[in-house]
Amino acid sequence: MAVIEAEELPIRSSEDIVVIRRVVREWSIASGFSLVEQTKLVTAASELARNALQHGGGGMALIERLNDDERRGVRIAFRDQGPGIPDIEQALRDGFTTGGGLGLGLGGARRLVGDFNLQTEPGQGTTVTIARWK
Amino acid sequence: MERIPILKMGECLLVTIQTDMHDRLAMALQDDLTNRVSDTGARGVLIDISALEVVDSFIGRMLSNIASLTSLLDARTVVVGMRPAVAITLVELGLSLPEVQTALDVETGMELITGKPRMDRNNGRYRG
Repeated sequence: MAVIEAEELPIRSSEDIVVIRRVVREWSIASGFSLVEQTKLVTAASELARNALQHGGGGMALIERLNDDERRGVRIAFRDQGPGIPDIEQALRDGFTTGGGLGLGLGGARRLVGDFNLQTEPGQGTTVTIARWK
Repeated sequence: MERIPILKMGECLLVTIQTDMHDRLAMALQDDLTNRVSDTGARGVLIDISALEVVDSFIGRMLSNIASLTSLLDARTVVVGMRPAVAITLVELGLSLPEVQTALDVETGMELITGKPRMDRNNGRYRG
């Protein structure tokens, strides 16, 4: 698998989430995703960036455009240094929220992408990696 | 801070969202609309989201809040022009926005607010 391009963006404010949405959209188009595929990935990225901001106190998003023999894809890793998630099963359930939101962020984002990986350790922060392939 | 403009047309307030809103801008719109409905006594609020390429749970919640708030102030909110890709994504995300009334275009949305029955163009029957 080859990384065609990569960009690391800060998640410090709600304006940063808009920037992340724009880059993910551009790279989804460059990867040949359909409009629905683009919209799903951008929406998932928006949810996870906001999670990192609201629950993790901010962090970074590493966006990569990938290529292997048969397919093209976009992968995004959202990393924060927040308190971590004590109960992953509970956090992925629809409607569960500690932030006063709708509680759809994590579980909803997982439904919108192909690959979803969550690594978290109480006190060590959380990294959520998602990818979509064409 | 930048603001989304709100136009007044008769008894209706009209908002066309043409920019990818960050969260604080969306919250400001929610507050501004609530105040304008209260100040003007508007009967309806029409929100055109046809330019929006993404509606995530935050924007979805804002639309739902606006519908609830204006309903308490005796005004009806109609969201028009949702793109098909946005609708597909919202449902998969788990957000079906049951409290938000929608219409396909501005004209139909306006009819919902003003309460005029709509003549079905094909067979002459009333609907809606």
